[in-house]
Amino acid sequence: MSDRKIRVVVAKPGLDGHDRGAKVIARALRDAGMEVIYTGLRQTVDQIVDTAIQEDVDAIGISILSGAHHHYFKAIIEGLAARDASDVIVFGGGVIPESEIPDLVKMGAGAIFGPGTPTSTCVKWLEGAVAEKRKAE
Amino acid sequence: MFDKTILEEVRKLKEGYDASVEKSLGKQPERRESFTTGGGIPLKRLYTPVDIDGVDYEKDLGLPGSFPYTRGVQETQYRGRFWTMRQYAGFATAEDSNRRYRMLLDQGTMGLSVAFDLPTQIGYDSDHHMAAGEVGKVGVAIDSMADMETLFDGIPLDKVSTSMTINAPSSVLLAMYIGVAEKQGISMDKLSGTIQNDILKEYIARGTYIFPPKPSMRLITNIFDFCSKNVPKWNTISISGYHIREAGSTAVQEVAFTLADGIAYVEAAIKAGLDPNVFGKRLSFFFNAHNDFIEEISKFRAARRLWARILKDRFGVTDPKALPLRFHTQTGGCTLTAQQPENNIARVTIQALADVLGGTQSLHTNSMDEALALPTEKSVRIALKTQQIIAHESGVCNTIDPMAGSYAIESLTNEIETQAMEYISKIDEMGGMMAAIEKGYVQKQIQDAAYDYQISIEENDRVVVGVNKFTVEEEAGSLQLLKVDESVGTNQAKKLKELRDSRDNIAVKNALDSIREAAKDESANLMPAILDAVRCYTTEGEICGVLREEFGEYKENIVL
Repeated sequence: MSDRKIRVVVAKPGLDGHDRGAKVIARALRDAGMEVIYTGLRQTVDQIVDTAIQEDVDAIGISILSGAHHHYFKAIIEGLAARDASDVIVFGGGVIPESEIPDLVKMGAGAIFGPGTPTSTCVKWLEGAVAEKRKAE
Repeated sequence: MFDKTILEEVRKLKEGYDASVEKSLGKQPERRESFTTGGGIPLKRLYTPVDIDGVDYEKDLGLPGSFPYTRGVQETQYRGRFWTMRQYAGFATAEDSNRRYRMLLDQGTMGLSVAFDLPTQIGYDSDHHMAAGEVGKVGVAIDSMADMETLFDGIPLDKVSTSMTINAPSSVLLAMYIGVAEKQGISMDKLSGTIQNDILKEYIARGTYIFPPKPSMRLITNIFDFCSKNVPKWNTISISGYHIREAGSTAVQEVAFTLADGIAYVEAAIKAGLDPNVFGKRLSFFFNAHNDFIEEISKFRAARRLWARILKDRFGVTDPKALPLRFHTQTGGCTLTAQQPENNIARVTIQALADVLGGTQSLHTNSMDEALALPTEKSVRIALKTQQIIAHESGVCNTIDPMAGSYAIESLTNEIETQAMEYISKIDEMGGMMAAIEKGYVQKQIQDAAYDYQISIEENDRVVVGVNKFTVEEEAGSLQLLKVDESVGTNQAKKLKELRDSRDNIAVKNALDSIREAAKDESANLMPAILDAVRCYTTEGEICGVLREEFGEYKENIVL
């Protein structure tokens, strides 16, 4: 099982148009051998959760630079729970003050990567987190 | 530019120098095998007069205020007056932002620059479900002219110039601004300012589009036409490379794609029957500035020269007032680091100095904490003071275009112009900017550059102080950050309900019907109907809602 490719949705929730980070990370994950579905801009919570379930992904990576991170992390994590899909890992990045990260983690976010994080750090973390999750399955 | 015999002497001297350097390189190699600008243009070890042999002073450089404007658009440049120090600001409610504007004016800012929240930028009222979580976050929430009245309370609109970062719904926000001015007893011909109104770069890089290209271009040319007759001092568009650069482009691509956007607007306006000698005067530009000092200075000079040449040669523009490329600059948001944020003050200083040496007409300096959150009052003040120090203490404003004649700068100016023109020709071959966007060509070019940039940092080929070199263990949260309260959204929704209960709803309905009718008639100008609608407090979301029904919505072409 463990050699099954990691599948991940990279999503841009809400109205934020900054997609540089999302696209760079999508490409880095793909270059690391993962199967990446990039949603594009202006995704609603329902659309993101639907995509994750339909595509049977291991994780959702969300990128938010608009300050709406609290709202969207909460809604996506709750949305997954409501669809009995809490096993999907949720992680993200963007312009998110460090002081607010503990809150997001408490909500269920796996990790938050701030500006300047090497893509290799995200890749490594995600590989570890998915391996952990699959062991539990 | 130089006498042949002198050039020959320089050439000989340089050969001697090269030979000597080659010999010593074995013992003492340089820091790297090859050097480039931040954007990847190869740099020589040394530039000499030989490198700018082909420059014709009069044709290629000229004088300040004269074609091709390489040396600046004004005759006396900053000896006459400094650039406008214009800090982009806006957050939470109109009341909060009004307070920040008054603070900035108090501290010596010379023009306002309004940041709207995302729902406002995308034409949703604060109580729309798509607005959830975003109200007041990246800018101020404006739903109706009532909010706009609060935003400019106590600020006489004939005394300030105001720049508004608004694109897809530009007509609506401009109409609200005109409406507020009228209430202050100021007629629209007295107003000066800028609306960004640049939809093409929204499709390419920034993402706050609403409508498909065709009606979007119509809204833009409607504004050109309306303003040239009624708001003559208003800059009707700010053709923006800033966001293209933020999305990851190189300096050359920033110039190329911005000017290619400019060409598309000029073509659309000419097609709509407008005269480029008239609307050309009110076109303005907006650029970014990164840390590579000489590349940035050269970029501004190259952009000015290239745009003037395009207008003259391609569009036959003859009015000297319509030829100069006037621009606003903002220092590079994506160059700010979340690590050791105080270092950003130094970065911003270098970038701002490049903008001034590049001849900007107005400038926003970023605050040190913007990789983390919206800036606090204190960090904004430092950013503004940085400009004041450059203006009053550095001495660079006392003579015009002091970098001109530098062999390296003139050489890079030529190179950037040439490379940008190559991109523009390629876009022309594809059928113009809209076609190039639809093919995903422009987006792909930018993304590739962004990815290469990231890789160069991760492979330590490019040093970012505090990120991949000279790192320190940092105390988290040492900086005081600004946080927008979640209650802004609910308060704004409450205000909207009160407004809808108290305004003349019959007038609103009629106004919306008129907008619908004007939208259906392609030969109509939408501005007058929109102006009537905002005057009776029709909301932005209601106006954009009707236009969404008539025009449809743009769907992103995802390129990865």
